[in-house]
Amino acid sequence: MAEWIMRQLPALIILVPFTAAPLAYLLGTRFGRPVGFISALLSQPLAVLLAITVMREGTLRYEVGGWGGPLGIDLVADGLTATMVLVTTVVGLFVTIYALGYFGDRERYRFFWPLWLFLWGSLLALFFSGDIFNLYVCLELVSMSAVALVGLTLRREALVAAMRYMLAAILGSLFYLFGVALIYGAFGSVDMQTLREIVRADTTAQAALALMTVGLVLKTALFPLHFWLPPAHSNAPSPVSAVLSALVVKGSFYILVRLWVDVAQPMAFPGVSTVLGILGATAIIWGSLQAFRQERLKMLVAYSTVAQIGYLFLMFPLVTGGGQAATDAWMGGIFHAVSHALAKSAMFLAAGLVLARFGHDRIDGLAGLSRRAPMTAMAFGLAGVTMMGLPPSGGFVAKWLLIRASIEAGQWWWAVIVVTGGLLAAAYVFRVVGPFFSREPEGIDDLDLDPGRSPWAMEGATLALAIGALLLGVLGQPLLDLIMVSAPALVAGVTP
Amino acid sequence: MSQTDLYTLAGAALFIIGLYGLMTRPHLLHKVLALNISSAGVFFVLVGIARRVPGTTPDPLPHAMVLTGIVVTVSSTAFALALAKRIYSETGIAALDASDVDAEENAGG
Repeated sequence: MAEWIMRQLPALIILVPFTAAPLAYLLGTRFGRPVGFISALLSQPLAVLLAITVMREGTLRYEVGGWGGPLGIDLVADGLTATMVLVTTVVGLFVTIYALGYFGDRERYRFFWPLWLFLWGSLLALFFSGDIFNLYVCLELVSMSAVALVGLTLRREALVAAMRYMLAAILGSLFYLFGVALIYGAFGSVDMQTLREIVRADTTAQAALALMTVGLVLKTALFPLHFWLPPAHSNAPSPVSAVLSALVVKGSFYILVRLWVDVAQPMAFPGVSTVLGILGATAIIWGSLQAFRQERLKMLVAYSTVAQIGYLFLMFPLVTGGGQAATDAWMGGIFHAVSHALAKSAMFLAAGLVLARFGHDRIDGLAGLSRRAPMTAMAFGLAGVTMMGLPPSGGFVAKWLLIRASIEAGQWWWAVIVVTGGLLAAAYVFRVVGPFFSREPEGIDDLDLDPGRSPWAMEGATLALAIGALLLGVLGQPLLDLIMVSAPALVAGVTP
Repeated sequence: MSQTDLYTLAGAALFIIGLYGLMTRPHLLHKVLALNISSAGVFFVLVGIARRVPGTTPDPLPHAMVLTGIVVTVSSTAFALALAKRIYSETGIAALDASDVDAEENAGG
């Protein structure tokens, strides 16, 4: 039995949420909740087992249905896959616990559970994809369920935000698919392992990479293609906002990393990775300034995502030279994706609790939260520590690695951006946390939470994610080791 | 110029026409149709690529990809239309931006 589980692990991990999703739909609201919760619980040991197995044995390859390439679909898990699966599963569990209380058994939110489980499974399938066409299918699955979740409340603003998100998402996927078609035309394969060995720089290949990059950058919401993100992420119900910012944007980023650092590396223009870095740097500065200017808490947190996505892209110019700088940039970039996932989901979940308690999320009206809801205020503050990149948080480790990489690569200007971004993050985090700890004005009715909800579990889940982001800084070494398992040659210390 | 190149260029032209429509037309129905034109362009490229080695049997794999792509596009189009319809019934305007007053007139035309 144990051996069977080990062999079937990649398929089992994906099948848990994909089985639960239609079950949750068929069984309706009352049973949808337990189905979601059980699926979230079952996923935990499987994701940990995957991480341990990959750590011990290196890359796992699984032929779906025993078909094998080139006709079958292969699932592949290396250190990067295991890392992303682990963070998705952990964030997924706490968002699920929060959502149990947040949505309750209200009939109008009955589609949350099937859609969320479907999104969960699609993300996992994306991280396991071994070929670039299957990545396209998974990207679409992720987008469709994410768009539906944004429009879940059927509020006017949410519907328009969902539509804008959907048009951007489909366009991004089409750009990507165009690139896939050209790659297949040029090299006759979509399997990433095969492509890695046969790609070479020619006009078609470079056009393909350019198309795929534009599509994925649009889907990752890198400045200046971020226009759809703030309305979509801020108008979604809070558990959905958390998942979108923490995990969904990382899905398309993951494909960019696979292409740029690994598979398509030989055919990349050297200048383009610098352009990606410059856009990332602009995103950090511009997104942080926009976050500071917002009047609503959820908009602030959404613009903070625009800024934090920028850090991920600093990785690209820093890995091109190889050597120690590439290793540090690789670890820093992926580690940032992980710690941001934990901290940002905590922030959005906290914002949801604030909305429930105050009935609004205007930042100037949030005085006294620390007295009314100390756990929520603390969760937001702790998540802020990671956003700012202060020790001992996960954000600190990530930024420190990026700074070290930029000095080793002799490109010190990226380090300046990282430090400036941290200061700007401090500015927008304190703009929110400051009022939390001030005395509330007299004569405001205490809008308390709906008694049907279970605020302690929601607050607990939020705080757990924030503490997780903080602990990553202290206990992050095993994760850094996992990120390096079967890492691409460019970043594994092999000089090109 | 080979047959495949011709298909690729025609597909690229369709893709760009769709992209232009998506960016310039405010009406949601036009945007959804524009995306469909773009995806037809990409499918065109894939179909053409199946013949990339002249004189041999066409490669079935790109056709399988197009089939998958069509399934994805049909579902996403259905969903986008449902969303557009819902937006129209909630706001009375079938556009993303309420300031696009022309959009309502476009609805008839």
